[in-house]
Amino acid sequence: MSDADVIIVGGGLHGCSAAYNLASRRVKVLVLEKHVVGRHASSASAGGVRRLGRHPAEIPLAMASIELWHRLNELLGADTEFHASGQVRVAETPDELDACEARVALTRSLGYDHEILIDKGELVRLVPGIAATAQGGIYVREDGHAFPYKTTLAFRNAAERHGAIVREGVAVLAIERATHTWRVLTDRGRFEAPVLVNAAGAWGGEVAAMIGDPVPTSPVALMMMVTARMSRWLGPTVGSMGRKLSFKQSESGTMVIGGGYRGTVHPESELTSLDFAGLRASARTVSELFPHMRHVDIVRCWAGIEGFTPDDIPYIGPSKAAPDAYHSFAFCGHGFQLGPVVGAITAELILNGRSNLPIEAFRIDRFEGTGAAYRGDISR
Amino acid sequence: MFKRRHEPNHALTVYLDGDPITAAAGDMVAAVLLASPDPRCRATPVSGSPRAPYCMMGVCFDCLMEIDGVLNRQACLVPVADGMRIRRQPRPEPMALT
Amino acid sequence: MSPQYDLAIVGGGPAGMAAAVRAAAFGLHTVLFDEQPAPGGQIYRAIEAVAGGRPQDLPILGPEYRRGIALVEAFRKCDATYCPGTSVWQLTRELELGIVDAGGARMVHARHVLLATGALERPVPFPGWTLPGVMTAGAAQGLLKASGMLPDVPVVFYGGGPLLYQFAWQLAQAGVPVAAILDTGRRANYVAAAPYLPAALAAGDYVAKGLRLLNGIRRHRIPIMRGVSDFQALGNDRVREVAYRQGGTTHHMAAGLVLVHAGVVANCQLTQSVPCRHEWYGPQRAWRPVTDPWGNTDLAGIQVAGDCGGIGGADAAVHAGRIAAFEAARRLGRLSGDQRDTLAHPDRLAWRRHLLARPFLDALYPPSPGTLAPDDATLICRCEEVTAGAIRAAVRLGGTGPNQVKSYTRAGMGPCQGRECGLTVTEIIAAERGLAPEAVGTYRIRPPIKPLTVGQMAGLDDATR
Ligand SMILES: Cc1cc2nc3c(=O)[nH]c(=O)nc-3n(C[C@H](O)[C@H](O)[C@H](O)COP(=O)(O)OP(=O)(O)OC[C@H]3O[C@@H](n4cnc5c(N)ncnc54)[C@H](O)[C@@H]3O)c2cc1C
Ligand SMILES: Cc1cc2nc3c(=O)[nH]c(=O)nc-3n(C[C@H](O)[C@H](O)[C@H](O)COP(=O)(O)OP(=O)(O)OC[C@H]3O[C@@H](n4cnc5c(N)ncnc54)[C@H](O)[C@@H]3O)c2cc1C
Ligand code: FES
Repeated sequence: MSDADVIIVGGGLHGCSAAYNLASRRVKVLVLEKHVVGRHASSASAGGVRRLGRHPAEIPLAMASIELWHRLNELLGADTEFHASGQVRVAETPDELDACEARVALTRSLGYDHEILIDKGELVRLVPGIAATAQGGIYVREDGHAFPYKTTLAFRNAAERHGAIVREGVAVLAIERATHTWRVLTDRGRFEAPVLVNAAGAWGGEVAAMIGDPVPTSPVALMMMVTARMSRWLGPTVGSMGRKLSFKQSESGTMVIGGGYRGTVHPESELTSLDFAGLRASARTVSELFPHMRHVDIVRCWAGIEGFTPDDIPYIGPSKAAPDAYHSFAFCGHGFQLGPVVGAITAELILNGRSNLPIEAFRIDRFEGTGAAYRGDISR
Repeated sequence: MFKRRHEPNHALTVYLDGDPITAAAGDMVAAVLLASPDPRCRATPVSGSPRAPYCMMGVCFDCLMEIDGVLNRQACLVPVADGMRIRRQPRPEPMALT
Repeated sequence: MSPQYDLAIVGGGPAGMAAAVRAAAFGLHTVLFDEQPAPGGQIYRAIEAVAGGRPQDLPILGPEYRRGIALVEAFRKCDATYCPGTSVWQLTRELELGIVDAGGARMVHARHVLLATGALERPVPFPGWTLPGVMTAGAAQGLLKASGMLPDVPVVFYGGGPLLYQFAWQLAQAGVPVAAILDTGRRANYVAAAPYLPAALAAGDYVAKGLRLLNGIRRHRIPIMRGVSDFQALGNDRVREVAYRQGGTTHHMAAGLVLVHAGVVANCQLTQSVPCRHEWYGPQRAWRPVTDPWGNTDLAGIQVAGDCGGIGGADAAVHAGRIAAFEAARRLGRLSGDQRDTLAHPDRLAWRRHLLARPFLDALYPPSPGTLAPDDATLICRCEEVTAGAIRAAVRLGGTGPNQVKSYTRAGMGPCQGRECGLTVTEIIAAERGLAPEAVGTYRIRPPIKPLTVGQMAGLDDATR
């Protein structure tokens, strides 16, 4: 007896988006989440909705996703706090300016015109208060940011309105293939469905291995800082060509600082600890690029666990080892923007057997025979 | 709202929103504020409602004030110094995002 | 890099001071950080300044306060390095402490860490509790201790507990008129507390002291209303009056200052940020770190003593501080287990005796139902101005735990980091979901637990690497 048409392992943004996209097409979905929905990357996220600077393989997906972002509140009937306030990447040296030009030329050659070069004057107009060292950069107007946890809950609630069932506190321990069905063994008993989706985030490698698709992934703790509220002074999200930075003013007025500095993952407890050398470097970047930030209080630092792959792009698409299983995990620190579209792709794959978007670059077996280390089991 | 029982042993002068007032060595900034005619220290970022020091032990963060040009200092934990410039904090401007 | 200190103590109250004196006597290279400018902690705040510069205030503050003089003197004489005006904003499992003082932020490394961060007054949300003119009783008492200041407007006390009565009495002694004490306590509390009375009598003079206080307050003819509920502070820019229900009717009363108190709870901010393991302690309706009888937490090298390990009061804190120091000396190789046991024996007996008073006090002064389950319109998170209703709505939307409610509503995300809303949020979620508070849990506390500026973080002097 099946418990659903599709079982989704993982209740983060990607699991909930897949659940919504399937349930709204009348598929019976069961989401199994080890903790609570949004426990990991999808609530720790910086929430940047960014096409700027994406890997060429991700650009078509990101272009399709931004379309969805602009009508997401209507689609889901909830406020994701998405603001199309733009994304900027700053160059501070002639070399970095050259790199900006090369990058924009690359996206043009691929047929996209969302990234535009901006000079110093335009940069200062967009990002008042930026240090005099800044020379110009790249700007994407329709990008922006949203509230990660609210977005995740919005997908979850919309999925549930369409009949999806979300079970929290259910950890998937093993997966068996029986005739035309998947048997999913959990700490709360066994569940069965003909189709399986692996959306287990940083633990996706473990789940992939259960299905028979061992792949290299590693969990990484990405660190963030947030400040006290300030009067509104910054519209776009600011990144840098030469430094690790993601810097934005949230809807509430706090400044959210990230950029990829890493803390430590404690696999047993699924907790993280912070690396203060990294936070110091991050604070230095901010105080050098925005001298007026020096006296602003940091209220909280944290780190969220995200899955990474050897080529810094995710696994998306069908299983290699077994029929009727699909992957969508290890988004390498930039899967928030892709949340709306990848759920739709997974639904298309399940219902139509193919996607209209190019997903070849994300296939699960792309490292086969390359010798890339298998680190699916993160508890080592 | 509060008054001193005795004249300070070591009086000094601080400036509250530009006006000189007498403080005693050892006072916290928040104490000086509470002995002034207006105990309010700031307007909140969310609703702009007035606040005054609440816990006087560094826990509640209601006593945030601008001290010597730096915003959001915990006035109940900062001892006064002669000539210190103390300002009540207005609500941050909550302009909408585009 | 090797540790700079054998023992780092956080908190210069009775527990921290007593521990420093003992530890230094064993030759441990000891440092004590405290964010106040002078030693004493909450109970003995500014004791040196009062004894030395304002002795006229000593009689008002009473003989209990005076007891701090000897403690502080011993602490000043000991060899421990004392760093006042220094906030500890971070502690790691590797025993690195992040500290910040007027000179900036640093990391220091110790072989052993003792947290003696004391207690904080239990948050008591009610309509109007954020108005200027509403303060905790401890806050107003702190003003008397540190600055010799007294209220010059009509004072109304609200809540319950020994500290509330103690300060009402101190104000009366100082000639400040107290309009009323509005006590949420009910007759049933006496019934509930009665079985613990014999133990409390054996614990020392706790009960006698309480009775003396009550008599004093009666002599000053301060009206005491009991069984008060539905309390509100009213006014626009500051408190003008209070409203409350008692005996089935609503009363109004003019007030210029409302002093709130409903007991104290352990200050677990640092232990929760590491995180050490905590448990919900039912009788005090609050969290406390799980420890062995020596104050060791579940994490190697991190110990607690005094009220931050669960409320025991100032006298118990002194003994707990010493006990912790003996254990630290054993762990650092200065004492054998037998030596520690022998030396600590008198303190352990005394500590246990003082704790005998707690079940009686806990039962007599429980938090009121209105404090645990405030109306929907009441603000719970003072920083982000989130109401009880918004928290309940978030729970119904699927934000089933404190961290989800925090993400969704921003409750607990402001600068106080949940110190003023955490307990209430746990209670509200527990009630909404029909769960026990321990099953609900609490916010994940993230460093810095005291704010640090971007510039201070950028200039972080990390001597541990
Ligand atoms: C600090 C940080 C900042 C970021 N900033 C950005 C940004 O600005 N822009 C951007 O586009 N992206 C950003 N990202 C990346 C983005 O947030 C993630 O890619 C995205 O949230 C991943 O969603 P997910 O559903 O794959 O993973 P998760 O949200 O981690 O969800 C996976 C879920 O699976 C559950 N699970 C795992 N194993 C099992 C099991 N065996 N059984 C049951 N359940 C299981 C987990 O408990 C978890 O809830 C950031 C990430 C982090 C950590
Ligand atoms: C406001 C208040 C008033 C009180 N008054 C009385 C009273 O009159 N009589 C009575 O019997 N009991 C009183 N108590 C109860 C009191 O908790 C204990 O009696 C006693 O003070 C406990 O001693 P302790 O050493 O455990 O902690 P405390 O005396 O509270 O000392 C803790 C110290 O740690 C410091 N600290 C905390 N966190 C940090 C940090 N992150 N960094 C640096 N320093 C830090 C604090 O500044 C404080 O000095 C009061 C409690 C409070 C909260
Ligand atoms: S008054 Fe509460 S932190 Fe200063």
